[in-house]
Amino acid sequence: MKEIDVSVVRKTVARLCIEANTLLPQDLRKALGDAAAAEPSPYGRALLEELVENADLARRTGLSICQDTGMAVVFLTVGQDVRFTGGSLEEAVDAGVADGYREGRLRASVVSDPLLRKNTGDNTPAVVHARIVPGDAVEIEVAPKGFGSENMSALRMLSPSDGVDGVKRFVLETVEAAGPNPCPPVVIGIGLGGTMEKAALLAKRALLRPVGSRSPLPHIATLEQELLDAVNRSGIGPGGLGGRTTALSLQIETYPTHIAGLPVALNMSCHATRHARAVL
Amino acid sequence: MERVKLTLPLDRAAVAGLRAGDLVLLSGPVFTARDAAHKRMVEALDRGEELPFPLDGQTIYYVGPCPAPPGRPVGSAGPTTSGRMDRYAPKLLRLGLLGMIGKGKRTEEVRQAIVDAGAVYFGATGGAGALIATCVESAEVVAYEDLGTEAVRRMVVKDLPAVVLIDPTGADLYRIGRERWRIPG
Repeated sequence: MKEIDVSVVRKTVARLCIEANTLLPQDLRKALGDAAAAEPSPYGRALLEELVENADLARRTGLSICQDTGMAVVFLTVGQDVRFTGGSLEEAVDAGVADGYREGRLRASVVSDPLLRKNTGDNTPAVVHARIVPGDAVEIEVAPKGFGSENMSALRMLSPSDGVDGVKRFVLETVEAAGPNPCPPVVIGIGLGGTMEKAALLAKRALLRPVGSRSPLPHIATLEQELLDAVNRSGIGPGGLGGRTTALSLQIETYPTHIAGLPVALNMSCHATRHARAVL
Repeated sequence: MERVKLTLPLDRAAVAGLRAGDLVLLSGPVFTARDAAHKRMVEALDRGEELPFPLDGQTIYYVGPCPAPPGRPVGSAGPTTSGRMDRYAPKLLRLGLLGMIGKGKRTEEVRQAIVDAGAVYFGATGGAGALIATCVESAEVVAYEDLGTEAVRRMVVKDLPAVVLIDPTGADLYRIGRERWRIPG
């Protein structure tokens, strides 16, 4: 059995918080550049060029890409042959978030109670999703999530008879209602199937996939492309100022579901869909 | 695309000539305020108290900046979603607020209040926080320091790039832009 001291988890999480907030993933950086070259709307093109410049400036200076450095969503994939030593794993993750946000001068954006709303001052706690898998590796992925886009997310429990048309209607309604608010061009994660909370988590995990990647399931890959094309016909465009680039990418994750249900969740994410990963 | 330089605090006559889609560079002082500060300001007004800064003719920037790195007045400082301030904005516009900088759509009530006040709603680029930080010359907390990033700051900006989203006639660039580029069907 492999032993990992939780202090290693803490240091890794801290480093990943800073990396994710300052270094835009290269696939997204490239997608923004490609969109700027293709965008026919003058306002849209200028805005996309600004976003490319902003990402490059952040990489050069260590300023965060966006002032909304998000709530820290931490995905842990833990090999079942690993034993953690030296303290609580969840506390180590939170300590890593506090370290990373302080050292990186990232914004503390978390309130301790949704109604009383007092800032915790160090961006903790994180939202942790853990999965136990065979093996002795531990993968940590930090995905800071800004709330301009998170607030535009939605979930609906469709009926099986709604089918693929119902899914399409839900996605387009959600994008139209969001309009300029989630900082388009957006990245859209969709979870299809499972239960209510499973669909939401699938949607969140879909955002971790490389920009422009397609589902290995042929019918889902087709749906991803059809929905992306439909979203980009909305006219919302970069910054919502009008144009053809409303979404850079749309990814769908699926899971078996109940005979009575068709849950669908859409997790909206902005042009700064940030994530950084490490394997221990 | 050409950008017009505008000095803050805004001149009422200059605002009257602005039209949705105009690209501007803003220079001068703004006051930062977002959700928690707006709630406190309006609660203070409801109690008949004075605001912690003079509102008349001023511009509010909806922003909660990142902590300042060494050698800079603030860290990343892009706009937050303005719609969350819609509940408070008409009251502030009636008290003389002349400009708002943010991103995202406003309610019909706010659009009408902008027209009534002869005011303007500017958009700064959502998610361009690093770039906008380089336009900030100074920032000092003037109220509600306990709110951290949500405290009210007097922030002096230089050539902050923005676009007129809602002009004093009520025209809305988001609506115009979407209709122009939508592909029907």
